[in-house]
Amino acid sequence: MANRLHVGTRKGLFELARTNGEWEVVDVQFLGDPVSAVLADADSAVYAALDLGHFGAKLWRRDRSGAWSEVAAPVFPPKPDDNGDDPHPWSLGKVWVLEPGGVAGRLWAGTMPGGLFRSDDGGASWSLNEALWHMPERRRWAGVAGGEQPGINSVLIDPRNPSDIRVGVSTAGVWASTDAGDSWRLINRGMYAEYMPPELREEPIAQDVHRLDRCAARPEIVWCQHHNGVFRSEDAGATWREVTAIRPSKFGFAVAAHPRDANTAWFVPAIKDERRIPVDGKVVVARTRDGGRSFDVLKKGLPQHHAYDLVWRHALAVDSSGERLAFGSTSGGLWISEDGGDSWRMPEVRLPPIAVVRFASA
Amino acid sequence: MPTVSFTSALRRFLAAPSAKVEAATLGDAFAAVFASRPALRGYVLDDQGALRRHVAVYVNGEPVSDRAGLTDPVGPHDEIYVFQALTGG
Repeated sequence: MANRLHVGTRKGLFELARTNGEWEVVDVQFLGDPVSAVLADADSAVYAALDLGHFGAKLWRRDRSGAWSEVAAPVFPPKPDDNGDDPHPWSLGKVWVLEPGGVAGRLWAGTMPGGLFRSDDGGASWSLNEALWHMPERRRWAGVAGGEQPGINSVLIDPRNPSDIRVGVSTAGVWASTDAGDSWRLINRGMYAEYMPPELREEPIAQDVHRLDRCAARPEIVWCQHHNGVFRSEDAGATWREVTAIRPSKFGFAVAAHPRDANTAWFVPAIKDERRIPVDGKVVVARTRDGGRSFDVLKKGLPQHHAYDLVWRHALAVDSSGERLAFGSTSGGLWISEDGGDSWRMPEVRLPPIAVVRFASA
Repeated sequence: MPTVSFTSALRRFLAAPSAKVEAATLGDAFAAVFASRPALRGYVLDDQGALRRHVAVYVNGEPVSDRAGLTDPVGPHDEIYVFQALTGG
């Protein structure tokens, strides 16, 4: 089980370690700076993306020796003169998600304004995935939360085949490549967007996929927390079935799939876009163990009185054992479970708003 | 030669000492600075080479006008100052 947890917040990166059964902060980096993505890679490197308000998005890497250094951030290529009507900026807004590529040295970065970048040298250099960026449909990608920039929120690599990739986009559905990113298809069928005009409700590109996660042992099983519900796919994101049993509400941002059990996943439901707060001011985690037919609403150790913690899409994580989970909130709440979500404990910290939590993979 | 100076707010991330450079435009001045300190470029300019939205550049106390093309002329005694635009409370 993972004994290290990285927590990226509005005001820095916090590393917690489990010692004698207690989780404690053992390191703080980038204090004062917003951290937008974190990855603890299998080669024991740690990556942190910063979203500096004035000076742009940056990427830092901690090597095996423990020393942090700035590495190259993804950079968009020069914008051609004939692309003046492109609705999206050709300049990195922020790195939203970092994932290992399944090949030594390879990393994928999902960004705002919707560029997917790949590194083959451990983050020393990056290249834009031009095939996805130049898809004509990309101009129809809608911005996050009404903004001008779409964002790639999830990058799922098939553990059996690093060329098989699924990408979740806010807001543009689920995209697939089976040739390591050389070509892409918009694949999601079966989702619906209740906020769209009737004729567009079932359009794949209109689907507000908040977050995707897949079962590592059964990669064809993919879960989605969507803007207006939870969906599950048994064919790697091509067709989706709504999971209507989710409770206490169907809105939320985060999802974590059990690494081995294809029927188990966790969500952190909230009241939807009009308010974006927990239902009745109670923080709960919803867990299914039967593929979404039913849910346990888990609340032991979680605040149940006037709690208004919202959990963003990258702020829920499960470790490789499927037993340890962590989630962090917009109010700086951080809870860790060591029994699959049955009970939760809050370390003795009071953190800034949390964007991302990530267990060290080793 | 014009002088390029950077806000001390950058010191948390990387070294950005003042530099005297051979240049006739703002873009030339930056190019000369970034040639010796390439990591600094991304803190000042966006991916398309324009000034970052929340970075301000003044020449002798006046804001530059061409934030995308960086064509503002600079003279041998000019002081170019790069700092963060204050956009929040």
